Amino acid sequence: MKITLDTDKCCAAGQCVLIAPEVFDQRDEDGIVVLLDDAPPAEQHDAVREAAAICPAAAIEIQA
Amino acid sequence: MTVSAAPAPLPVQPPNGCPFEPPTAFAALRTTEPISKVSLPDGSWAWLATRYGDIRAILGDPRFSSDTTVHGYPLSGMTGGAPNANRGFIRRDPPEHTRLRRMVTREFMVKRVEALRPGIQRLTDELCDAMERAEGHEQGGVDLVEALALPVPSLVISLLLGVPYDDHDVFQRLTGTLLSRTIPDDEREAARVELRDYLDRLVTAKEAAPGDDILGRLIVEQQRTGEITHDDVTAFAALLLIAGHETTANMIGLSALTLMRDPETAERLRQEPGLIRGAVEELLRYHSIIRNGPRRVATADVEIDGHLIRAGEGVVVAVASANRDERVFAEPDRLDVRRPNAQHHVAFGYGVHQCLGQALARVELQVVIATLLRRFPTMRPTVPVEEIPFRTDMTIYGCHALPVTW
Ligand code: SF4
Repeated sequence: MKITLDTDKCCAAGQCVLIAPEVFDQRDEDGIVVLLDDAPPAEQHDAVREAAAICPAAAIEIQA
Repeated sequence: MTVSAAPAPLPVQPPNGCPFEPPTAFAALRTTEPISKVSLPDGSWAWLATRYGDIRAILGDPRFSSDTTVHGYPLSGMTGGAPNANRGFIRRDPPEHTRLRRMVTREFMVKRVEALRPGIQRLTDELCDAMERAEGHEQGGVDLVEALALPVPSLVISLLLGVPYDDHDVFQRLTGTLLSRTIPDDEREAARVELRDYLDRLVTAKEAAPGDDILGRLIVEQQRTGEITHDDVTAFAALLLIAGHETTANMIGLSALTLMRDPETAERLRQEPGLIRGAVEELLRYHSIIRNGPRRVATADVEIDGHLIRAGEGVVVAVASANRDERVFAEPDRLDVRRPNAQHHVAFGYGVHQCLGQALARVELQVVIATLLRRFPTMRPTVPVEEIPFRTDMTIYGCHALPVTW
């Protein structure tokens, strides 16, 4: 799994951080999403997919 | 050939229907006419979207504008401000929306809000202590809205913004008037002016002595550098104050009432405190307190589900209907605190305008509901549910008062 973020789109709602805190975080200055792990282990995949599905700005993209 | 009938009015809460159900017309519309035309109070019409998929598509599409000054925006029957008043970022589109919103996003990020959790817990405990001491609660003398549901979010947002708490009565009166659907326009306008004047003075005072709070930081980092004006800071204050006040308060009241009427679920949450996060998502889905919106106007011709929505036409997006869409949520009218996909709800909206304060709302709801369940396991309403004054007259649904005993 490979994750890419479109930080221009991110509206800092933080849903991804709640769902997959080991993969996503927010920048201190503005709350914009940051990636902690761009190729997370298998046990994180469901949470990452869920975060991508919920992200209101469609800012999280996953390549299988 | 017959002339097609005029569109039906926008469904609102049925006055005698179950207070927990969204307008009954939504379910039928989802099946038969998911994109329909409705008439608004002033005789104009707008599209009404009732299915989850269409609603996410509309809210996520930049061709639907949130700018209330765009021609065709469906303002009729809406509350909360004249279109061309300094309208804050929620009624603007990118890139202006993005620029302004990002000035405050860090204030509501998950980490910062989590750091507030102990303080919110302490505050909730103190308010619960006061409730226990209140005389006459045996006779139903405690109004849960006044004693807890309103003060928690009110105190928290006042503190974050740097508004003196002593002024909170003023806000509750003014925001209540502003968000009402039944109060005459001129009274609402007067309340709007009063609130604007108050915030204007507050921002002026902070310009001289900015504190360590959201308004203070906006003044130092954005206003003094010329990014925004005094009026922009005032607009931020009005928006965050109103948004932070009423929504969470109503969710707390409705959630408490729902759990008092569902002792089995309440007991399960007491036994398994870890369920509270999911329970809050489910309560948000179930109640969807924004009852006739949000709204948008198309800025280009867009096809949604086979319907052509033309540039300049308004759309009412019924999030309360999306959250009961049987295509997404199994048995949608059942409250199920273990529902696996409850968090897919759109109670906070969707798209770039999705609620900025959602992390804060979540923590407040989790803390308050869990504390109430733990400390007042025998709490119950003192009047039959038909006698509880529900806010059918308000933009944000909830109960005006909730008399309880324990
Ligand atoms: S859920 Fe999406 S919009 Fe929200 S912080 Fe994460 S990436 Fe940004």
